[in-house]
Formats: sequence, C-alpha cells, structure tokens
Amino acid sequence: MSRRVFITGVGVVAPGGVGRDAFWDLLTQGRTATRRLSLCDPEPFRSQVAAEVDFRAEAAGLTEQQSVELDRAAQFALVAAREAVEDAGWRDTCPPGRAGVVVGSAVGATTKLEEVYRQLSADGSLWDVIPDSPAQLYSYFVPSSFAAGIAREFGVTGQSGVVSTGCTSGIDAVGNAWELIQDGILDSVVCGATDAPISPITVACFDAIKATSTYNDTPETASRPFDATRGGFVLGEGSAMFVLESEESVLRRGARVYGEIKGYASRCNAYHMTGLKADGRELAQAVTAALTQARMDPGELDYVNAHGSGTKQNDRHETAALKASLGTAARHVPISSIKSMVGHSLGAIGSLEIAACALALRYDVIPPTANLTRPDPELDLDYVPVHARKQQTDGILTTGSGFGGFQSAMVLADPEKRS
Amino acid sequence: MTARVTMDDLKRALQEGSGVDEGVDLDRDLPTKAFADLGYDSLAVLETGLRLGRENNIEIDDSVFNELDTPQQLLDAINQALESQAAAS
Amino acid sequence: MTAHITGIGVVSPLGLSREEHWKALLDGCSGLGPTRSFDSTRYDNPISGEVPHFSQEELPSRLLPATDRMTQMSLVAAAGAFDDSGIDRDQIDPLDIGVMTASTAGGYAFGQKELQNLWSKGPKYVSTHQSYAWFYAVNTGQISIRHGCQGHSGVIVADDAGGLDAIATAARRLARGNRVMLTGSVDSTMCPWGRVAHTSTGHLSKSADPRTAYLPFDERAGGWVNGEGGAHLVLRSESDGRYASVLGHGATVDDPRADPGAGLVQAIRLALDAARLRARDIGVVFADAAGTRQADGAEAAALAEVFGRNSVPVTAPKAATGRMGCGTASLDVATAVLALRDQMIPPTVNVEADASLGINLCTAAAPHRITHALVLARGIGGFNSALIVGA
Repeated sequence: MSRRVFITGVGVVAPGGVGRDAFWDLLTQGRTATRRLSLCDPEPFRSQVAAEVDFRAEAAGLTEQQSVELDRAAQFALVAAREAVEDAGWRDTCPPGRAGVVVGSAVGATTKLEEVYRQLSADGSLWDVIPDSPAQLYSYFVPSSFAAGIAREFGVTGQSGVVSTGCTSGIDAVGNAWELIQDGILDSVVCGATDAPISPITVACFDAIKATSTYNDTPETASRPFDATRGGFVLGEGSAMFVLESEESVLRRGARVYGEIKGYASRCNAYHMTGLKADGRELAQAVTAALTQARMDPGELDYVNAHGSGTKQNDRHETAALKASLGTAARHVPISSIKSMVGHSLGAIGSLEIAACALALRYDVIPPTANLTRPDPELDLDYVPVHARKQQTDGILTTGSGFGGFQSAMVLADPEKRS
Repeated sequence: MTARVTMDDLKRALQEGSGVDEGVDLDRDLPTKAFADLGYDSLAVLETGLRLGRENNIEIDDSVFNELDTPQQLLDAINQALESQAAAS
Repeated sequence: MTAHITGIGVVSPLGLSREEHWKALLDGCSGLGPTRSFDSTRYDNPISGEVPHFSQEELPSRLLPATDRMTQMSLVAAAGAFDDSGIDRDQIDPLDIGVMTASTAGGYAFGQKELQNLWSKGPKYVSTHQSYAWFYAVNTGQISIRHGCQGHSGVIVADDAGGLDAIATAARRLARGNRVMLTGSVDSTMCPWGRVAHTSTGHLSKSADPRTAYLPFDERAGGWVNGEGGAHLVLRSESDGRYASVLGHGATVDDPRADPGAGLVQAIRLALDAARLRARDIGVVFADAAGTRQADGAEAAALAEVFGRNSVPVTAPKAATGRMGCGTASLDVATAVLALRDQMIPPTVNVEADASLGINLCTAAAPHRITHALVLARGIGGFNSALIVGA
C-alpha cells in the first residue's frame, strides 16, 4: 500500500527575499532578515522586531485584484505555489482528480481579519459591528480559501484543504499530503504552508506571554536559538510550497527530484497549550516514529533542522528530545535553526524548514545557526554556529513544536544515495 | 503615601483572569503557598501580573517573572514597582 | 477503512446529549429561534440555532477565562464521547490515542473580545490566552490535554466539508497505528463579528420567522441559518461495543468550469468505491442542504445522477438546528449512526420539498430498513465531501 513520495518542486517566499534562490543564498551566507518591525507601528509593543518579507504583490506576478482582495498569507502561498509548480514542470501533467492541495497555516487570514475588524468596529468602539462586510470577508474568516484558491489556479479537483496545527502546521500539512499519496488517494499534491501574522493582534498576544524577543535595539541579531543570551522568538512571515509526487508520477514524467520524504510522525504532549516539558519525551517519540517509518538509524542522519525557536524552554526541550531519540548520534550530527535568520513564521516555518532541507539535499550545504556566538553551557550538541558547512547531506531530520502541544518530525533523504 | 496592592486585589485578579481549581481555598492558601501548589501555571501568573500592572498603571519588569514562585513574591514585586514609580514622579 | 464508531457526544440546539438531541429531532422539534446571545436584528438575519442552557459548570473554573464558547462545548461533547465509548483508559497507551478535529474559524467570539480590548484600550489589555484560544488548533489541543491523548493528532479546515474530512482523516490514522481517535467537530461563531462573516456570503436567510428561515429543497428557500454545536465521535480499530463503522470517504474540489454538482457526484462515487458499495446499498442520504435555490438544485441534480430521480430517501436534520460550520457535518454523522441504530430516518422539519428537484425528501420521521447511510457536506470555495457509515 505504502507508495514512495518525492519532492519535485520547491517555491519560497521568505524574509530576505522572494524566491527559492534568494532564500537559499540568505541561509547559506548566514545573513539575518530580522529587523525593526515595520508592517505595523512598533511603538505600542514590547517586542519591536520582526522578520518581514519585502513583498510587492504585482512584482511577484499577482494581479491588482489579487493584491487587494487576497490576504497577505494567501498571496505568499499562491506565489510560492507557482514557483514550485514551475520548478517541477508539473502544470497540467496530472489528471486533475488525482491531484490535491494541502496548505498549512496557524493563524489564517489574521491580517485581513484585523483590518476589516477595525473598519467595522470603528477601531474597537463597537461590539455590534457595522453590518457592511466586504464580499471577501468569508474567505478571511475560513482559511480553507487558501487551498481553494491554489486548487483553482492549477485546475486541481482532488481532496484538498488546510491543516492547522499551530506552529507544526508546516510539517503536518506536508505530512498530510505525503499520507494522501501513500494511501493512494492522490498521485500528486501541491502542498506547504503560509502565514503572515505580523499584525497588531498577533504581536500583542505574544507580548502578553512574553514569548517574543525584546532585543529592540539590535534587531538584526534578535533571534538567538541555542545561545546563552537568547530572549524569545522573532515573529516572522512567509510561505514555502512544494510539489509532492508518487514514484509512478515521477517516473512517468521523468521529473527531477530534490528528495524523498521517508518518514513523518506527530505526537501531542497533552500537557499545556503553550508550555513544553523539559524532558522532550513526546518530541523524541515523534522523531523515533519518523525514523522507524524511514527505516533509518539515527546514525544515518547527516543534518537535523531544529525547531530552535530561540526560547530557553524550547532549547532545553529540543536538546533533551534529540538526545533521547538519537542516542549517541545526537553528539555528532550537525543541528541548526534557520529561525535565527528568517524568524518564526508560526505555521509557515515548518514548510520553510522543509524547503531548507530539500535544498540542503540538493546542494550538500548545511545552513548555520546565526547569532550563536555565546553557546549556552547547558546545551552540548553541535548547533553549527554562524557559518554554513559544505558537507555531504543525504539524510535529514526536521522537527517542530507548537502551541496546543503538537510535536512533529519528518525524515527526508536523497533517493540516489539512500533508496 | 503610595497606594498598595493587597492580597485581596491579587485574589480578584486571579479569579477573574484564571479561575480557581476545585478544592483550592484562596483565602487560606494565597499568602503561604506557591502558585504551582494552587494549580496556577506560568500563564496564570503572567495574566495576573498583566491585570494588576494595568490596573495600577505600572510596568513590571520581565525579569520579575523569571524567578517567581509565590503570590507573595508577585505582590512584593508589584508594590516595589509602585513605590519606585512614585519616587520617580 | 476499519474504523468503528464506539462513542458519540453531542451538543446541539436540540439538546446537550446524544439522546436528547435524537429524541427532539424525531419529535420534529426545531432549535431555531430569535438570536439571544447578541443583537442580530441589525444584520438582517435575526434567527439563529443556538445551544440553550449550555452550562459552563461541567468545566473547571480554571479553563473558563482561557476558552471560547466553541471550545467549552467541544470539551463537553468530547467528554461525552469518551464516556460513551466505555474504553478502559488503563488498557490503552496514551500514545495510541489521537485527536483529529475540524475547525472553521477558531474561537471567534474570544477573538472579537480581544480585538476589542486591543483597539479600544491597548496592547496591555490583550489576554495571555489569546495566542491559542482563537487559533484553529485550540479544540484538539485542549481535548488532548484534558484527556491525556498523546497520539498523532491534527486539525483540518475545509469550511463545512471539514466536518467529514476530519473523521475520514481520523479513520486513516487508525490504519496507521493509532488505536483510538477522538474526532468530529463542535463549532460556534455566535457573535456580531462572526455573523457579519456569514452575511458576507449573501446566502444567510433574512427571514424573521424560525419556521420559514431555513427551508432547504423548498421553493421558498432563501438561505441558511447560522447555528452552533456539533458532535465528537470516538473511533476505534477494535469493534467492541460499536454503533457503526466508517466505511468510505471521498472528497473533491469543484472545477469552476464543470457543472455545479459534478464535484459532488465525484465525491460520492469515490466514497462508494472506497466502501466497495453500489448506489443501491445506500439507505439514506444526509444532504448538505445549503438552503439556497442554486446550491439545492446542484445537490439534487447530483443525487439524481448517482441514485436516480426520486429514489434514495434524503433528509436534512440541520433544518432544525441551522448550520454550525464544520460542526454540522460531524453532527450529521452522529445522527446518521443513530438512524442506523434505530432504523429511523429523522425528518427535515418545516420543509415542503420542491417536486421539480426530484428528491425523495423525508419531512416526517419514518422507520426504514437502512444498512448504510451517506453523509454529504459542501464548503465555500468548492469543497465537497462524502462519508459512508454502515452497520
């Protein structure tokens, strides 16, 4: 029953540059895209740093109507999906009913919802909001519009939808797509994740729980995963989308492959909506389950793309989970967090991290953890500080943890070297 | 003379913002027990601090919350912030 | 698919438990009425399907300031489903139990309250709970915490179709190693800010009379009524004490160039294929029943194409509850399972079917021999989902 599934196209919209190549340049050069918050007025907020995308919708190929009507997250996803589909040469190559769209998003169309809310409530002064809603409001209200829009774009008619599991959405959406192909329900899926949460309500809600960085005077180095001076995550935004295909589809089309998704698993900590247990037990179990599916030993991993959000709680949790699941291999395998460079784009980041893994498989380079100059003495693994490493990279693990207690792990491999 | 925040104020902020676990007697236990023993997690402590901070128009430094175990410690930190604010004005 | 439905928990405008809901439905009661929780008259659609007498007292006081009404109702329904399933928690590893819910718009009333705090008072007035109480994953997260479920879990959003897609996804999780799945969905967006989102579709009923506000498949149909509630189900890979099984599922998105019912026809055929059944094996169809002339016509045409005109019995119990986002279809599955149990088709209240549509609509409760029920759900954006449950 279980069919092999491959990534054949990658598209990215990320802080630091629109497009796959700009993203990879940023990561491999170890540059950071965190800066002073500019998408909304930073003054009222505790955390005034963000990782923002310099995005001009029309320059990115969207129509004026799309640039006005679609939420920023939907725009990102559409642009990234187009790049992925073009990269794969996939358009119109699959029977429409055998293809689907799965989009991950943690907070959906928050930016547009807040914008419309302000208009209809006269900036919060009315509980009984003005009954004059724009026609697009429902598409912001229910984020499945993101998947519907991409399905329409590519004429896809198979099972589609949104997966929304907080900050693991980006792994879980791709995992969901992987399972739909494995189970024979679809042959190919345009999948990935998007979020554009840099809007006052999101900035304020992370302020309230003091989860975000307050390095307001040094925004370029504000995201410091695994560093002793870490001070919370930096809110980001972006999207990464992929074309996933069954082995039959890849062979039939002669498609070029980035990598194979070999294993995927998720667990819940059933502990706390925002908190993590120090022992990392459930994340370790997800990693072990994903490796078991992949039929790979921890020693076969050449790189671990960590959740590495830049909170003390996460750093301890994740390090414990990697030690528990990888055993002695944890001491040798390079581990890095790209959130040090592109921030934490909530539901999108898991897919941006899978994009980084796909590119690492292709180019055999491990992106670094930027800003890691004063290692936390309690964290004793190899977190690839500051500089990228040129290294054979054939087996990769990526991990994610999120609000709601979700813990997800995915294993990717270069099929030419590990089949 | 600075107006002081009392344990009763803290109790009300806890009740309104975070509720009370079954079997917990805040009147009896608030002054002596730790937040964790009363069934309150770090979010409840932050919510209580947020409420008392805005009611009294004071900034409570983030670092206060890093090493805070008991309601009494939170109360002391708030009153200290109130005093230093009064001294500065 | 070998997913056995072993527990059902319901919160609906017709009742706060499975049997209360089922009895009121068979008695032909309606849960529609003038909106009580906010002033909806200014939105031109004064009727709602609200859950009356929902008591927060079943939940710990610690949870109340941290949860939207939707989550509170979901937690009550989840507890009901787990209780009903009679699973012995000591015998099952928490890592084998997962939660797969659907969401429509998250904890929307909670979101409105915090948006108001932010914009009328300032960032310091935003609750520490906002970061998760509004987001789509909240019900799965809270259920997993309250019931100690650590297995593979998730959240699906596909507008109203998500209520079936989540159940099908949960069923597939059992084939992948979970032993127990809590699934389905309970939804509420009963607040002014939620209501305007529904009115923006242009398809919400403007009637002020609860008896005529939501009349699917009726010549007088003028839109749907917004409701709240839903159902959670416990699915198991073992078949002890089961009600029925989830046998097949199919989902599609519409091709805008095709006939408006083509995607639905395809979803039904995929579900039949997956269940290895033929159209004549289906004893009753729980329709999506959008309540607009156009959508009802497309659905009736799709049913005629698969089953023939005026053939398979069709019902839409949601005429008595309103549409509760993704909760609607999950509640339909729960109701379909009870229809199989009691061999009774529940009625579509208040409706006189438009004969020209060619559907055999059940407008009064009636005993029927049923071995398989088909539940349909469609979502804005072109989502179609079909799920078959059987004995």
